[in-house]
Amino acid sequence: MLYREAGQFRATYAEDQQIFPLRQDRIGIAAVLVLAFVVIPLAGNQYWLSAILTPFLIFALAALGLNILTGYAGQLSLGTAAFMAVGAFATYNFVLRVPGIPILAAFALAGICAALVGIAFGLPSLRIKGFYLAVATLAAQFFVLWAIQRIGWITNYSASGVITAQNYSILGIPIETPVSKYVLTLSIVTVLALLAKNLARSETGRAFMAVRDMDVAASVIGIPLMRTKLLAFAISSFYCGVAGALYAYTYLGTVEPEAFNLDLSFRILFMIIIGGVGSVLGSFLGAAFIVLLPIVLNYVVPPISEATGIEISHAIISNLELMVFGGLIIFFLIVEPHGLARLWQIGKEKLRLWPFPH
Amino acid sequence: MGGPVSFFFEVLFSGLLAGVMYSLVALGFVLIYKASGVFNFAQGAMVFFAALTFVSLVERGVNFWLAMAITLAVMIVLGVLTERVVLRPLINQPQITLFMATIGLAFFLEGLSQGIWGSQPHGLDIGIRDEPMEWLAERTGMFLSQFDLFAAAIAAVLVTVLALFFQRTRIGRALRAVADDHQAALAVGIPLKQIWAIVWAVAGFVALVAGLLWGARTGVQFALTFVALKALPVLILGGFESIAGAIVGGLIIGASEKLAEVYLGPYVGGGIESWFPYVLALAFLLIRPEGLFGEKHIDRV
Amino acid sequence: MKPSKYLAAGVALAAAVLAGGALAQAKEQFIPANGYWVGPYAPGGSGFFGGMLDYFQLLNERDGGINGVKLTWEKCETEYNNARGVECYERLKAKGSTGATVIHPLSTGITYSLLEKAPADKIPLISMGYGRTDAADGRVFPYVFPLITTYWSQNTAKIKFIGMREGGMDKLKGKKIVNLYHDSAYGKETIPVLDAQAKKYGFTVTHIPVPHPGNEQQSQWLQIRQIRPDWVILRGWGVMNPTAIKAAQRVGFPRNKMLGVWWSGAEEDVIPAGDAAKGYIAAGFNLPGTSFPVVQAIMKNVYGKGKGEMEDRSRIGSIYYTRGLVAGIVTAEAIRTAQEKYGKGKPITGEQMRWGIENLNIDEKRLKELGAVGLMQPLKVTCMDHEGGGAVKFLQWDGAKWNVITDWIASDQSIVRPMIEESAAKYAKEKGITPRDCK
Repeated sequence: MLYREAGQFRATYAEDQQIFPLRQDRIGIAAVLVLAFVVIPLAGNQYWLSAILTPFLIFALAALGLNILTGYAGQLSLGTAAFMAVGAFATYNFVLRVPGIPILAAFALAGICAALVGIAFGLPSLRIKGFYLAVATLAAQFFVLWAIQRIGWITNYSASGVITAQNYSILGIPIETPVSKYVLTLSIVTVLALLAKNLARSETGRAFMAVRDMDVAASVIGIPLMRTKLLAFAISSFYCGVAGALYAYTYLGTVEPEAFNLDLSFRILFMIIIGGVGSVLGSFLGAAFIVLLPIVLNYVVPPISEATGIEISHAIISNLELMVFGGLIIFFLIVEPHGLARLWQIGKEKLRLWPFPH
Repeated sequence: MGGPVSFFFEVLFSGLLAGVMYSLVALGFVLIYKASGVFNFAQGAMVFFAALTFVSLVERGVNFWLAMAITLAVMIVLGVLTERVVLRPLINQPQITLFMATIGLAFFLEGLSQGIWGSQPHGLDIGIRDEPMEWLAERTGMFLSQFDLFAAAIAAVLVTVLALFFQRTRIGRALRAVADDHQAALAVGIPLKQIWAIVWAVAGFVALVAGLLWGARTGVQFALTFVALKALPVLILGGFESIAGAIVGGLIIGASEKLAEVYLGPYVGGGIESWFPYVLALAFLLIRPEGLFGEKHIDRV
Repeated sequence: MKPSKYLAAGVALAAAVLAGGALAQAKEQFIPANGYWVGPYAPGGSGFFGGMLDYFQLLNERDGGINGVKLTWEKCETEYNNARGVECYERLKAKGSTGATVIHPLSTGITYSLLEKAPADKIPLISMGYGRTDAADGRVFPYVFPLITTYWSQNTAKIKFIGMREGGMDKLKGKKIVNLYHDSAYGKETIPVLDAQAKKYGFTVTHIPVPHPGNEQQSQWLQIRQIRPDWVILRGWGVMNPTAIKAAQRVGFPRNKMLGVWWSGAEEDVIPAGDAAKGYIAAGFNLPGTSFPVVQAIMKNVYGKGKGEMEDRSRIGSIYYTRGLVAGIVTAEAIRTAQEKYGKGKPITGEQMRWGIENLNIDEKRLKELGAVGLMQPLKVTCMDHEGGGAVKFLQWDGAKWNVITDWIASDQSIVRPMIEESAAKYAKEKGITPRDCK
């Protein structure tokens, strides 16, 4: 009833080429954006802004970056956190060494640095595939962190290798409060997400998918494999690099190299698998699942144990949360092996017929 | 005491022996990958779960061998349950989904083992002293631990038994058929579900052995789950499908990472062990993209 | 029920809990317990917060709180993860009638993550024996307190101890020391201090990193065997500690020449190594044991009423437990100090707590009143010096328990203080902070 494309005609090329061709989708996206840009900054408290939403957006951006590489171009990567680290430490150095550089330019340049590192570690993908390729990215993961800790220049010779994000401002407005940090993060993530959505249906995006589905076949029909694969690594690493820069500058403030350890790479991989491989929306849903679920459990499990009258220690509760978390991952995979984004799509299909399914 | 030459050999041998310890963990991965095409992220958690269960039983006064038997039984039950609850509903799903399911399993097991047995670390003494062998040290100046040799012997026995099992028994052949194609195996009447349960149980047994040997060295504590990381380059070098590859890969990784750390490390600030195995495996892969002993898959367009 | 309904139920429940928790009561002082009870570092987290919360419970049960103000707390699981640590901090910082009093992050990484957030919210951070060493300069870091001893102070005390063992500081000349460290920010922190001391005393120091997690150290110990050092300083964390001790045994290095930092010196670090750990020495700023009057009081007033934190009572009196106890004492004494200025029997704010910590003075007499003589050293914090103590004792493991083998060994502030001030000044410059004037 509400969600139906019947009667929406596309009469011009411009209409046909919109990112969201359905009116309902456009309204939905607009509503989400109004909510995110206007309502939340006005209504959200500091806890939600700085402890939940900002990290959620940053992780979603990193997941998006990984999804471009893994979901669209089919190249498995376990080095996401290393590319994030490049972004964070590069931003620090640009701000430190280039006086007066605008912060957004520093983010962009840091993203480009990450892209270059990504290309370097993407080179083996021309020959290696699947889980075996993951090792190339694992090499990136460990080598990059090692290099950051060894080369004193990168951390400005800090004894412990820890960097502190400098103060910064945009158009003379200092970005200090949780609201301003959230809005900055949200703006960058929104722009990059729309670009990714657009990328997916462009020539490049289609080339990525052809390579993912079968790279030999893709090369037969004239897709340049080397260019396509390396481009996928570059774009993906750019996204991860910007996410890493935001992780340091709008979220944590002070970071050590180990903040970008293998654990983080895995978490971001979990996000895209749970959310949906090859889906922009999935990156966001997956990030929400992995970031929010432990926190939700943290709220839900103790009252339940209290309500049932079984007195259990905090250690047991913490372990129980871990078990429920693992159990829910399995549960969701069994319900929908293609991720939450697919679940959403099925929902939309149902909605088209609602309330009169045949 | 020996000179630089004997020191070189000491580094080499202790590297090889360390590699055996990596291989033990890698074996568990290979078994499951071979039979079900699943990269089992929960292997580390299984190692931890098995070792913790064993050591907790022993500390509660259970006899060593009885504890071993009980733990083995627990691991078999775990394997069967995993097949029932996690894998069976996911038959014919893409590899990455199965991989993710094992991640869920890993979280579950980590919570379960600590929930039951607590998070305190335990010492584990399996009766083999982890000390350099004096007679060898006196004659050659090399310090090699008898524990390492013991571990190597265990690994050798384990690999022989597993290789025989895979090559010579009906179940073994069925396992390989399943690995090739789930549906085809089902079509020719191979009981897929039993096969999976068996292989997960065997992997549980391998996890127990690895857990005991590693646990005796580092203590039984949560960090045992990290030993899985040591197995990754081994797997990639040796191939996911090959038991022989796991052993040879382990030996190469172990020896080369120790040699690199001792002889190259000091010039670049040390700690290169963290990435060296991966770069080495990468170099190998560029020459042979399917791993040392991996099966070559031919792409059809 | 469809998944969406589960989610809705979950959200509703979460909202209910949030609303319920916000109803605060007067005459209560709220202290968040953001720790970790799962994962590789759970023994440290559960022991530390066990000790701290048992002490708060003791004050509530025996004295009715601090001047009638009851202490309340809430636990939040951080899993030793920076992002979770920040979430816990943000979740609990506004709880209670006056907000969170003070935060013990119990993780160097989380301390870094809160370094700017907590001062902005006017909540002091106590990083007792971890965190950022240069925060001891109170002019640049008014809200951060690396109390009792920092890594750098502890390190100079270690060199003094080695000097004592060798028969005088002049005997250090020509000696070889290996610094075996966890390859992380925490591990690297003492490298410059050791280099400075090597120059001063004429010994050579070799820094050997162990990649995380450190469960395989064969190559590091082969290098050590080749260097043949007189001493090995162990800067480990988690599984790296027992592995190092075992590896020392494997290459025949005497354990009584191994000196651990306090994060390498708990029961949990040596028990997994078994017999290999006999003779191993570690530094400590809190001592283990159950004979202290304060521990006895906890046994009687807290566990006697069935209210203790520790499930495994044999862990009461262990290193992590008494470290938490010291943290509890320091926190409670700072609240008391702040109350004396801002009004006895009134809950204090984080800002007032900051004053309380900065003017904390626990002398021998007060230690005796607290029943904590020998448990910790006297402590006097000032605006300039946010560390306050600086001395450590050395403990040796005999296979079953830790034995104290020295008196309090003071740190060498002539080396440490200039380095702290230099590092803090650099931070102030990067962040554009104008250091406070401490008169």
